[in-house]
Amino acid sequence: MSSTSSTGEQPASSTPTGLVAVAWALVGVPLVYGLYNTVKAASALFTG
Amino acid sequence: MAVPSFLARERIVARPGFNRWLIPPAALAVHLCIGQAYATSVYKVALVEHFNASLTEIGIIFSLAIVMLGLSAAVFGTWVDRNGPRAAMATAAVFWSSGFLVGALGIATDQLWLVYFGYGVLGGIGLGIGYISPVSTLIKWFPDRPGLATGMAIMGFGGGAMVASPLSRQLMNWYDEDYTGAAGEVASGNSVALLFVTLGLVYLAFMLFGALIVRVPAPDWRPHGFDPATIKQKSLVTTENVSANNAIKTPQFWLLWTVLFCNVTAGIGILEQAAPMIQDFFRDGGTSAVAAAAAAGFVGLLSLFNMAGRFVWSSTSDYIGRKPIYMVYLGVGIVLYVGLATIGSSAVWLFVGLAAIIISFYGGGFATVPAYLRDLFGTYQVGAIHGRLLTAWAAAGIAGPLIINGILDMQGEPGNLVASDYRPALFIMVGILVVGFIANLLIKPVADKWFEPKDTDTPTAAAEPERSTTR
Repeated sequence: MSSTSSTGEQPASSTPTGLVAVAWALVGVPLVYGLYNTVKAASALFTG
Repeated sequence: MAVPSFLARERIVARPGFNRWLIPPAALAVHLCIGQAYATSVYKVALVEHFNASLTEIGIIFSLAIVMLGLSAAVFGTWVDRNGPRAAMATAAVFWSSGFLVGALGIATDQLWLVYFGYGVLGGIGLGIGYISPVSTLIKWFPDRPGLATGMAIMGFGGGAMVASPLSRQLMNWYDEDYTGAAGEVASGNSVALLFVTLGLVYLAFMLFGALIVRVPAPDWRPHGFDPATIKQKSLVTTENVSANNAIKTPQFWLLWTVLFCNVTAGIGILEQAAPMIQDFFRDGGTSAVAAAAAAGFVGLLSLFNMAGRFVWSSTSDYIGRKPIYMVYLGVGIVLYVGLATIGSSAVWLFVGLAAIIISFYGGGFATVPAYLRDLFGTYQVGAIHGRLLTAWAAAGIAGPLIINGILDMQGEPGNLVASDYRPALFIMVGILVVGFIANLLIKPVADKWFEPKDTDTPTAAAEPERSTTR
């Protein structure tokens, strides 16, 4: 998951790793919330 | 139509060394929000009671939004490709958010037409622009794994409904203390209006965050160690480019349109009726072996497979190719549908398993199609071509429910149907999948006469290189 260039060399990343982590967390947290609730609802198929 | 300079494509060309893994969350920030469109059942009955309207009248709000999705994606696709993802995401955010706010005004003032105009028309335009806005950008950032990239974004559309459903129940519970979200309870219209305001503002912030962090690659950029010649070796994959106007003149576009239409129509056949269907399949006399709570769980399970299929199957297509994966979606889909119609009622686990895999193919079909378009038509105007292809979704959204509901209406009353009553509809779906399978088989490489001149790649970078700045 590295940064890349057209020159074939690997330049130092100009994107702070923290920003990438925060961005993934911002979309990941609601997604996990939704998944958790859906799995909980789906479990009724096997228990309800 | 010019956009403010801070939104322009030239302003968001990435610096060398930019981490491309910042692009999927930017795309997800948009798709997670617009995926709410599939969570409208949470407050549907509340709106029926508030407006003293029929289910059909309220259903028009959501049908209108999906039709506008297809139309706006087709009409604004070229604009999206020309102006870049930031302008498109910001525009989608404004339309989607305005749709909620105008809809809230309509609910608060008892004017249903305002809800039609707000959520249906404005929101629908936001849906269409938002859906296609990150797709071509992802394909350009991930030329080595386009299926994975588009799978991640379009998975977010499926995930958006999963987030919005429980969140909406929780918010309506806060705004209406008599509403707990239990089965049979209906929230007040006022709480739905406040829910719309909240969602409108939250989605605006979230989508603008995506617009803020999104970047486009420089025209000569490619991933480290990536050799485009390795992609070209696969059949059907071109390194040439075809414009959106020319793409729709090719048989490949319309064959793929047919493939998507058939795959979506077949999937909707199950999604539309999921909860009553599982109860009807295991009905003996007046009662079903599957309780209402378990049927709701079945709907949740299908949502999970719908979302997972978008990511898993689309990523798999990077390895086995786009045409073969659609042969799986449609060919195996035929076998599974026949299984559902003939032996599906023999055991609950079998019914659930067959339906879950069918729905995973439905999701996979959505997520893989942008990469298929990239293979056939290149990256030049893939967003605009994708937008035009999405009219197949709008058409399937009408055809799928019409077929399943029309057949079931002829078989008997809801609540008294049994497995055999579904067979005609299921076999029609098998026929539709056969048509899609044949259409996919007929797809061949695009003829050379449709290719753009060699210097055409990105819509604006080539035209205005002197204005390009890197971020």
